[in-house]
Formats: sequence, C-alpha cells, structure tokens
Amino acid sequence: MSLLIGAVTIGLILALLALGIFISFRIFNFADITAEGSLTLGASISASMIVAGFNPLLATLVALAGGFIAGALTGIIHTKFEINGLLSGILVMTALYSINLHVMGKSNVPLMSESTVITYFEDLAKWLMPGTETMSLFGNSIPAKDIIILASVFVIVSIFGVILYVFFKSNFGTAMRATGNNQQMIRAQGVNTKSMIILGLAVSNALIALSGAVLAQFQGFADVQMGIGMLVWGLASVIIGEALISDKSLGFLITGAIFGSVIFRLLVAVALRIGMNPNDLKLITALFVFIALVLPKILKKNKMKSMEIK
Amino acid sequence: MIEIQNLNKTFNPGTVNEVKALCDINCTIEEGSFVVLLGTNGSGKSTLLNAVAGNFLPDSGKIMLDTIDITRMPEHKRAKYIGRVFQNPFSGTAPDMSIAENITLAAKRGMHRSLGWALPKTAIEEFREKVRPLNMGLEDRLDSAIGKLSGGQRQALTLLMATWLKPKLLLLDEHTAALDPKTANKVIQLTKEVVEKEKLTTMMVTHSMQQAVNLGDRILMLHNGRIVFEFNGQEKHRLKSNDLLALFDQIRRKDQIDAATADMIGQLYI
Repeated sequence: MSLLIGAVTIGLILALLALGIFISFRIFNFADITAEGSLTLGASISASMIVAGFNPLLATLVALAGGFIAGALTGIIHTKFEINGLLSGILVMTALYSINLHVMGKSNVPLMSESTVITYFEDLAKWLMPGTETMSLFGNSIPAKDIIILASVFVIVSIFGVILYVFFKSNFGTAMRATGNNQQMIRAQGVNTKSMIILGLAVSNALIALSGAVLAQFQGFADVQMGIGMLVWGLASVIIGEALISDKSLGFLITGAIFGSVIFRLLVAVALRIGMNPNDLKLITALFVFIALVLPKILKKNKMKSMEIK
Repeated sequence: MIEIQNLNKTFNPGTVNEVKALCDINCTIEEGSFVVLLGTNGSGKSTLLNAVAGNFLPDSGKIMLDTIDITRMPEHKRAKYIGRVFQNPFSGTAPDMSIAENITLAAKRGMHRSLGWALPKTAIEEFREKVRPLNMGLEDRLDSAIGKLSGGQRQALTLLMATWLKPKLLLLDEHTAALDPKTANKVIQLTKEVVEKEKLTTMMVTHSMQQAVNLGDRILMLHNGRIVFEFNGQEKHRLKSNDLLALFDQIRRKDQIDAATADMIGQLYI
C-alpha cells in the first residue's frame, strides 16, 4: 500500500511534466524533446541550491525559471533561426546535459539529509496531526506524512492545472492555442506567432523543470540521467488521459493529462511489482506510445473500409 | 486608400527557377473602391495580394496604406489594418477551435489580448446576433469546432471575421474558387452586402469572368507580373465577360507569337 501511495505521488509530480508535454505536443503539435534536458535542469538547479543552503522554495522557483529560459531558447532557435522544431529541441537538450553537469558539479547530488519542500509537507503533517504516526487506509497502516505529502502535491498540481485552464481560456491563451492550430489564420488576426511559440515552449519547460525539481526533492537526489525517456513518458501520460476521457474540451484534456500520469505511474509500479525487468521499462513505454499513436489511425481505416462495403 | 509604387518581387533569384512575380507594379486604390484582379495562372495577381498582406517582403518599391508605410511591416502587424479571406477554406479559421472562439480571435484583430476571459456570456449573445444573418444555422452551433463545417460555411464565417472590425483594406484571394457554384454565389452575395454596407476598400482576386463583371468598380488585369489592362468607372460597367475572354485570348496569342518568334530566331542563328 505504501508503495502505491509513493507511486501515486510520483505520478502526480510527473503530472507537471505531462502538463508541459501537453502544451508542446497538443497545443503546438510537436514533440519538444527539450523536456528531457529541462526536467534534469530543474532537478539539478534545485538540488544544488538546496545543498548550498538556499531556501528550498526559492530553489524550486529558480528551477522553474531555468526551465522557462531553456524552453524559450528552443523556441527562439525554432522560430527566429527557422530550424526544425525537433532539431531545436535536440540542440538545447544536448547543451543542457553539459549545463546540468556544471550546475551540479558532478553527476549526482544527494538530498537525503537536506531540508526540502517535501520537509515542509512533513512539517505540515506534524502540525495537522500531532502525534499521529500512521493512518489506516483500506485496512493498511500507512505513515501519516506520506498521505499529507500526497495531498499537498495533489493540491499543487491542481492549482497549476487550474492556472493553465484559465490561461488557455483567456484572450491571450486562446490566441496561443490558435497559433498551434493554424498559424496563417492567427497571423491574419494580428498575432505574432513566433513570440507565441517561444512563450508557449517556455511555459511548457518551466512546468517540466518544476516537475524535475519536486521529483528530485521527493526521491532525495538529482541525477544527470534522470531526464532520459521523459518525453515519451509525458506523451504516454497525455495519451492515456485522452483515451480515458472522450470529451476533447480543454478542461478535460488538462485533467486527463494529470490523471493519465498517475495511472501510467501506477501501471508501471504494478508491472515492476509483478516482476517486469526494470531494464525493459523504457522499451515498453516506447512501444506503448507507438501503439497509442498508431491504433486510432488503424481503427479509422477499418471504419472507412466497413463503410465502403456498406 | 492604398498606394503601390514600383513594386518588384523576384522569387528564387539567380537560379533556374527564377520567377519575376511582380514587375514595377504601380497603382492607387481610392478609399471605398472595390478592385477586381484578373489574370492567367502565374500572372502575379495572388502574389500582389500576398505582398500587400505581408506574406513576403518585396525586393523594392513601396506600399502605403493611407499615410502608413507598410512596405516593411511584418504580416501580423499589418493585420491590424487588413481583413483577409483565403482561397483555401482551411486557411482562414482554426479548425479545432469552436466558432465562438474563432470569432473572438477575430473580434480582437490587431488589438491587445488580455488575460481576461475570452468568451464572456455577453459576447456570445453578440456573436449569435451577428452570425444569424448568414442564414446558415450557425448561430445555434457556436460551440461546434469549425473543422466540422462545410467549406462554404467556413468561407462565410471567415468573411464575417475579416470584417468584424472594419478593416482599412479587405483582401479576397479567390475566396470562392474552392466552393460549388451555389455556395460560391451565396458567399459572393455576402461579400457584396458587407462591402457595400461598410464601404470597404477591397481587392479581390478571381478566376471568374462573371464575378469580375458583376462586382466592383474597377478591374486590373495582370500578366507576367505586370498590370496589362485596366478598366474603370463607365468602361468597367459596360464590360461583358466575353470582352474579358477576348482579352485573355489576345494575351495568350501574343505569348505564343513571342515563343514562336524566339524559336524562329533560334533556328535561324544557331
């Protein structure tokens, strides 16, 4: 049970990643691989700052700003220098690998003995339920602080989900969505599509870096390799979310991305529990995303065929 | 009023694919004038429209809109003054967004876009009232994605959106070419109504002689990037579509003679 709580918490932390990928993949229609670098960037900035004695909240905010800059860079390379979006992402991701090593000074920064944002949540647990060490959930006894950490992360992710929803429903955000949908159209309405793409990717990577920062603090270390495969991970979350919720309106898509991430993490936790080789994890994730992308096309083709026969 | 002075544009200069798309185009379009641009394929009529809209920057020349020099202004900045309807019904609207969202984007053309709610209830009512006159039943489908509409419905909406805020200039790029004749007529009817009602300065590219004869107060005929014929006022009113077809034939024959002469000279001297 404790394992499940942990899985759900990580799923929620990675939901911020999923929200970031949702922006690049679903709003702007391209898979922005900067994500793999900016997730690690968020982790390394926050971990290094915390170890250096900065306030963890400040460290997390600086991590978010770092992701923002990384995303903006990809956007600038893509729009101002007219380099293919995927390649722009690869360039920034590759550059970030070195930058992350410089930020951390080594390939791994442990945070086990440091006070982090997660420590705040633990303090919150002590304050809310003084003296309670464990709680009973479905007949299992679980550390109370785990529940409070889970709830706190849930609240934070929900807040970001709501902010994104309100943003994309605003005049400005609607124009940003239109930029991803039809650039010619929105240019004719007076919108600078380049700025929109730069800002959109910046926001996307800010969320992803935030996800990395919180993840590092939750798992107790930042590692230069932790971003590998995270783009596909985020894609899987977004796709699961869409599959679960047939309503394609914005609010449902955002909610879907959050819950898609949780469910995907749970599936992985269960698979590992029943004996899946952890080395196969990325292979299976990639296969899963491949199938999820191809299946709708095949179904559509079959549907067309059966209509032709009729 | 729009003034185009010595406008030149060559695509792919210095290569085998070099195309002189616009050669020394000069013309002045008065306030409230409705100009029809005619020409064969590749004559430069759409290129001229795109140059005015800002899809690309000209090599030389000047484009003035009233007193504003828009020659070097990027496309999205000009949009403040220019309403556009494209040939492809897919170009003018965002397909995955609702009718209401598309309209709200157009209702703020060239204006500051705030973080305020894009679709307040009061706006929806206004949208409904302005969509109703299209007589396409779209007023009850404001929440539907535009991608679900027919080409004609999209073009009618794009026209409505382009004129939602009165533009200094309306650009219509063969906006009925992709529609069936009946729908095309309807869109042309709507175009006529809105241009007359708002007294819009308009440039329209068309392939249809009928439209050229029936609409507007001026015809410019382009060929090989130049304005070769021009009809104004009474002259334009007396014009019939057969006259225009005859002109096209004349241009074509001239082209053939040129090519044949070139051949002959080639055989004689080489």
